[in-house]
Amino acid sequence: MIDEPTRGLDEGALRALVPRVLADLVRRGEAFDAAEDALQEALLEALRVWPEHPPRDPRAWLATVATRRLVDARRSEAARHRREEQTHAEPPPAATEEGDDTLFLLFCCCHPDLAPASQVALTLRAVGGLTTREIADAFYVPEATMAQRISRAKRALQGRRLDHPGDLAVVLRVLYLVYAAGHAGRVDLAGEAIRLARQLTLATEEPEARGLLALMLLNHARLPARFDSEGRIVTLDRQDRGLWDTREVAEGVRILQSALAARRPGRYQIEAAIAALHDDAASAEETDWPQILAWYDDMVALSDDPVRQDPAAVLGRAVTVGHVLGAAAGLRETDRLREVLGDRHRWHAVRAHLHELDGDLPAAGAAYAEAARRATNVAERDHLVRQAARAGRRALGRSSH
Amino acid sequence: MPKYLLLKHYRGGPEPHHPFPPMDQWAPEDVEAHMAFLKHVNELLEENGERVDAQALTPARTWVRYGGPDAAPVTTDGPHPETSDLIAGWYMIDVESHERALELAAYVSSEPGPGGEPLYEWIDVREVMSEAPSED
Repeated sequence: MIDEPTRGLDEGALRALVPRVLADLVRRGEAFDAAEDALQEALLEALRVWPEHPPRDPRAWLATVATRRLVDARRSEAARHRREEQTHAEPPPAATEEGDDTLFLLFCCCHPDLAPASQVALTLRAVGGLTTREIADAFYVPEATMAQRISRAKRALQGRRLDHPGDLAVVLRVLYLVYAAGHAGRVDLAGEAIRLARQLTLATEEPEARGLLALMLLNHARLPARFDSEGRIVTLDRQDRGLWDTREVAEGVRILQSALAARRPGRYQIEAAIAALHDDAASAEETDWPQILAWYDDMVALSDDPVRQDPAAVLGRAVTVGHVLGAAAGLRETDRLREVLGDRHRWHAVRAHLHELDGDLPAAGAAYAEAARRATNVAERDHLVRQAARAGRRALGRSSH
Repeated sequence: MPKYLLLKHYRGGPEPHHPFPPMDQWAPEDVEAHMAFLKHVNELLEENGERVDAQALTPARTWVRYGGPDAAPVTTDGPHPETSDLIAGWYMIDVESHERALELAAYVSSEPGPGGEPLYEWIDVREVMSEAPSED
């Protein structure tokens, strides 16, 4: 391997095999939870053995080792269960086609009865092919905690039929959660989410799946510009746009266009359209705010009571109103959200930004400070503290002249 | 998944629900019941996949500060005012929501005291700032 000179193992290829082998096992009639456990053991063994002894047929190797584990597990279980009556039959093998493995497994892992954290963990393991250790590292919890979370999730799935089509909206939300968890430890979760979303778009025609993939790509493209060399946040208006990944932007736009062509708009597609307009501007000054506002109008129109059901959309629209109709109009829009978002740092940060746009630096400084006090993220808190200090300094400079 | 510290205090915090003596003056079986409960909470958090860490601190405290150029650090180990805050230990948990953190804290607070009665101890719930970068 050219990329991995120290290890003769293509981990990406190995992980891509996991959902395919797992789907094979489940379709053959194995219970999902037992098959997933067995495959995780086979994966760990592969990571250990393959660098020295690469198999001729990796997929068959994984299937064989996982099957051996399943047989072993059944033998030891048999003693324990001998006197127990089997109360429910194993779920019948699902009648899915080859190629739908990813979709089928995502529906299993993102079962609506599971808590979001469990859906995320299970998806990363069963579909993403990550080890428990890697998932635990990514979320900064002990490996034992993550292992426990996964086995609880699978216990919750026991006895539930997994052959019905699941809830695609839940799957999309889980993938977006994985994406938003960002980059931590050795695992690039954002990249992982993009990979899974790309597989998902091969398995479903649903335009929102493509909308989500486009949104991830269009945001991810800006990642290299989002932090400076010291790890400080650089806001969109100050980013070096030359650092944006033009290939990701182009791919995102192309996927978005194909989604929009289906004429079934949804929130992910609209969010992606807004991201595309930002990505399209050669400078912050050239941002097409009126066009962005039109998309926000569409987004807000998706819910009956947007202030309560989708306050993030109303807040994003308020910023845009500030740029199109003036800061005062934007601030008035945020007033409607005071009750719902008034204790969140983002609401105060948006108001600070609008006050600054309005030239009211003392109010901006106070709102940035309020936002900083409420931030739940170190990088954001530091950024808001700097913004508060900067606005305060400029306010002083102005009043002394 | 936000993380929270559930802080237990030797002293400090809001007015206690009811007065109780320090644990070394409890009946031995009450002490045992209390310890067993703490162990049970640990196991419960582990079982739920919510446990990150749990530690207890000794009550001994030393304050220290920079002494200035070429001077030794300045320390003081008391006496401290009886009202000053003194942390006894913590659970660090990784949970779905703020509500879940409060629910677990309230459960911790139900720990048995003298006579097996709940202590109704105040638990200090603090959110841990995340490291993960967020969207712009």
